[in-house]
Amino acid sequence: MDWDFKNIEELLKLCRENDLPISEVMINREMQLGGMRRDAIIDQIDTRLRVMNIAVDRAISEPSKSMGGLIGGEASKLSALDESKAVCGPIIHTAIINALAVAETNASMGVIVAAPTAGSAGVLPAVLMSFYEYHDIDMDVMRNGLINAGAIGYILTRNGSVAGAEAGCQAEVGSASAMAASALVEMLGGTPEQCCDAASIALSNLLGLACDPVRGLVEVPCQTRNTIGAVGAYTAAELALANVGPHIPLDEMIQITYDVGRALPESLRETAKGGCAVAPSMCASCSKEAAWQRARSMM
Amino acid sequence: MANNYIGLFDVIGPIMVGPSSSHTSGAATIAWMARQIFSGKPEKVTFTLYGSFAETYKGHGTDRALIGGILGFKSDDVRIRRAYAEARKNWIAVDFVVDKDTYVSHPNTVDVFMTGEDGHTLLIRGESVGGGRVRIRRLNDIEVDFTGEYSTMIIGHKDKTGTVAYITKCLAEDEVNVATLKLFREGKGLKAFTVVETDSSISDDLIERIMKYKTVASVDLIQV
Repeated sequence: MDWDFKNIEELLKLCRENDLPISEVMINREMQLGGMRRDAIIDQIDTRLRVMNIAVDRAISEPSKSMGGLIGGEASKLSALDESKAVCGPIIHTAIINALAVAETNASMGVIVAAPTAGSAGVLPAVLMSFYEYHDIDMDVMRNGLINAGAIGYILTRNGSVAGAEAGCQAEVGSASAMAASALVEMLGGTPEQCCDAASIALSNLLGLACDPVRGLVEVPCQTRNTIGAVGAYTAAELALANVGPHIPLDEMIQITYDVGRALPESLRETAKGGCAVAPSMCASCSKEAAWQRARSMM
Repeated sequence: MANNYIGLFDVIGPIMVGPSSSHTSGAATIAWMARQIFSGKPEKVTFTLYGSFAETYKGHGTDRALIGGILGFKSDDVRIRRAYAEARKNWIAVDFVVDKDTYVSHPNTVDVFMTGEDGHTLLIRGESVGGGRVRIRRLNDIEVDFTGEYSTMIIGHKDKTGTVAYITKCLAEDEVNVATLKLFREGKGLKAFTVVETDSSISDDLIERIMKYKTVASVDLIQV
């Protein structure tokens, strides 16, 4: 039995023919091609879930200023928001806090899991940890969620791009959002087809997203972009589970995202020469301290 | 395992100190490899930063990542955060040169120039090519190309007939399977490096035997 797949169509075929969820096909692929034993895979997944959890907690309990000085302390601020103002409801509120938190940990040289990149590292922990907190699921279910996300991320890496410098933020936060959307659907008992639908919707909803980091740092607007990646994943999962959506096959959507990414001007591909990076209030020529002051007063 | 295999943990990973896989994680890995290749402890290290590294190195902690790598910290080691203090504790002097003018073929390029306690020096040029992956492109004056994703043996020798044959004979005796073997040289009959990437680890005894050969000047190892 050959467990390799080179696109989503082949992945779904393997799921159908063997009556398996995406995560299980991915585990089989990793055992066969990566030469890893199942328990070693589970071990590595658990390590990553632990690192994600710590990355969330650290920023909330010990907020610290980022390397570039543009962010720091946002997750704890949001945690302190009055419940009556947490308009998104508990699960999304938690997801937003988690996304901010991981972005803060990352920007202050804490340890994170690049998933698929450091810049988009907040999306998957945001979704997985908030879902785990509010749904009565086993650890196994969350593990499978992360492995499922890995399968989608692998095809995105292989056939599209996960680099902001190549295809904009849609390739980073967009990819992470698609991965998290698919993970959510599997964790909620949806079909592999619905997983891929959710990923496709998440990608299409962030299509064209620019990569425009202020002063070239992974701080502004990267931190808040991570929140929309997480929220977008929840939205896409809910739509796909109700069989609502544009139903563009994920393989097509990955190609579309890649093409749109290549069509983005260079100024919107991680060069800090366009978008938010050239907002007058954020201008690169300003001093670090002044930029820090402004960033604080904006929040 | 094929070189272009993308596995689960390439996508859900690496586990790394932030904020950037290319500017932080990759930088730490280049310096870590430089330290592995350098024989003994460096007393002084000068990093020359080019391209995007030169533009944004501070905000990405590239400087601390590079120092951390020299100290032997891998890219997920939180001691990278206090790399300057650790370097002082270990009596390693570090220095940064920002070069925004010299053209380099990859935007994330760094030269690591190490001077040992006994005065010997080594220059290594590394490129951080994305997602934390790196390439070593220069050893002293010789252009090379390897990634450190395998166990890698770097043999400095004179470009003389029989050297590579001797190296492969030693490898075969130890049943070490070669993934790639490349020879890079200054010119015919001059200084050369043979870089061998292997599927299994390399023993000290094997290194000693290669070291004995008359044209071999140095053998250094990066074990993964």
